[in-house]
Amino acid sequence: MHNKSVAELARDLDSGQVSSVELTRAFLDRIKQEDGKYNSFITVTDEQALADAKAADEQRAAGKATPWTGVPFAHKDIFCTDGVRTTCGSKMLENFVPPYDATVTANFCQAGAVCLGKTNMDEFAMGSSNENSYFGAVTNPWGLASGNKRVPGGSSGGSAAAVAGRLVPAATATDTGGSIRQPAALCGVTGLKPTYGRVSRYGMIAFASSLDQGGTIARTAEDNALMLNVMAGYDRKDSTSIDREVPDYTATLNEPLKGLKIGLPKEYFSDQLSPAMEEQVRNAVKEYEKLGATVKEVSLPNAKLAIAAYYVIAPAEASANLSRFDGVRYGYRCDDPKDLMDLYTRSRAEGFGNEVKRRILVGTYALSAGYFDAYYLKAQKVRRLIQQDFINAFKDVDVLMSPTTPSPAFIQGEKTSDPVTMYLEDVFTIAINLAGIPAMSVPAGFVDGLPVGLQIIGDYFSEARLLNAAHQFQQVTDFHQREPQ
Amino acid sequence: MSISREDIGKVAVLARIRVDEEQVSALEKDLGNILDLVDQLGAADTDSVEPMAHPLNAVQKLRSDEVTETNERERFQAIAPATENGLYLVPRVIE
Repeated sequence: MHNKSVAELARDLDSGQVSSVELTRAFLDRIKQEDGKYNSFITVTDEQALADAKAADEQRAAGKATPWTGVPFAHKDIFCTDGVRTTCGSKMLENFVPPYDATVTANFCQAGAVCLGKTNMDEFAMGSSNENSYFGAVTNPWGLASGNKRVPGGSSGGSAAAVAGRLVPAATATDTGGSIRQPAALCGVTGLKPTYGRVSRYGMIAFASSLDQGGTIARTAEDNALMLNVMAGYDRKDSTSIDREVPDYTATLNEPLKGLKIGLPKEYFSDQLSPAMEEQVRNAVKEYEKLGATVKEVSLPNAKLAIAAYYVIAPAEASANLSRFDGVRYGYRCDDPKDLMDLYTRSRAEGFGNEVKRRILVGTYALSAGYFDAYYLKAQKVRRLIQQDFINAFKDVDVLMSPTTPSPAFIQGEKTSDPVTMYLEDVFTIAINLAGIPAMSVPAGFVDGLPVGLQIIGDYFSEARLLNAAHQFQQVTDFHQREPQ
Repeated sequence: MSISREDIGKVAVLARIRVDEEQVSALEKDLGNILDLVDQLGAADTDSVEPMAHPLNAVQKLRSDEVTETNERERFQAIAPATENGLYLVPRVIE
């Protein structure tokens, strides 16, 4: 049961082979048995899930089922859930119970899906290893047999590890600089970051508002399409969401790839990439050639500036967004504040972890008087140069392909001594967020028994094409079906 | 570019985050490394480039100024650290 995809489980529910209550019990039991090894959940909502499953079975019996009715899944603990604790991986929100649902949450509820709980993450989505969670690090299900605990990537490390560990067939996630694709790659699962504005950010706790985008993690491309069908669309509650028709993302999965033009950005096959990783990625590209695609080299000359631009823009926006955590209206408040300033400064010093504080300080510095032009304005200009590179590339090719990460999952603690070392983990993913275009990570091989991700990048609103390309690859490969031992 | 201990103190006040003396050295190193990374931006020629705030150049949508939400003050205040008579409590500001 736990190896089945969302699409398969939906068929089983439809045929009456299994009820949602049975399915939900089975996955909840699995979480209980297995998650001690991974720590991929912060909160498990047993009672609510079983009540929702019962209601889903009734809906189905009444002939009112959607493809999601009764299917179990999990939310990254960044999406607000009415009445269910939402921590964003932070001590600041350890006891925060939102009085409302995120639009993404409401959409899954409306579709009848059964949420089993909230997945672990780097605090406020800042991190690439899930070691920045107040609720403890997440361990990657891959590589455990060798005795080493490896990171699942971040910030959506809990979602990726839960899907890889077969604790849920699918989980929501968010991506500001690589936080869906990098963990998907490191955990051997399939993830999609949609176009900026495709999925509502309402009720999705903000990190960097011009970059944040909600998306999907599941084992198959088809399941990612089923998720996006529920999540995508205009929302008047998110002023940056885009009012544009949402296609049925499953409708085009089976289109042939003959004639697909693939570009390989030469900057993403640089010496940062290990030869073993490169071999796996190039083999994956060869599979696409067998499917009728053509391949050419392209250039993104400004891509090398992406990390620098990101580490101005993201911290600057974070410093503004996180100013709302003041210890007054909700969230953590320090004991015995002696005055208002002490209340603010000590609540924030005690409530935020080190990486979050570093980014708020960097962002505050970049926005402070005398530095704004040199940092924020300059980074926004470089951001346009990076975007222009992609626009130019897509005049010639349909999609771009690259490795998702420079190396496979690393051992916990290996990159925590210097924040910049960790930042370089996102060297191939960050430019995509700056441009606002969609991209996926698809399992494409193994190095030393650890999963390798192929990144597929598309033009604005080309999610259907990316999912089609990923799905066709998964018809001729089985990397996405492999189970960690 | 490095950041001075004095600047760290100023920024901490602006950011409303208490930074204790023993944390300053580690921050000096970490923030200095981040700013070194960011300094690569200086190499880019951006003289004739417009800054980019939104990937799709979208503009803010406007709505009519009407009350659309219901007042849920009690629900919202239920999650506050301290309230009294419908007000949020903070330490005394005016003596």
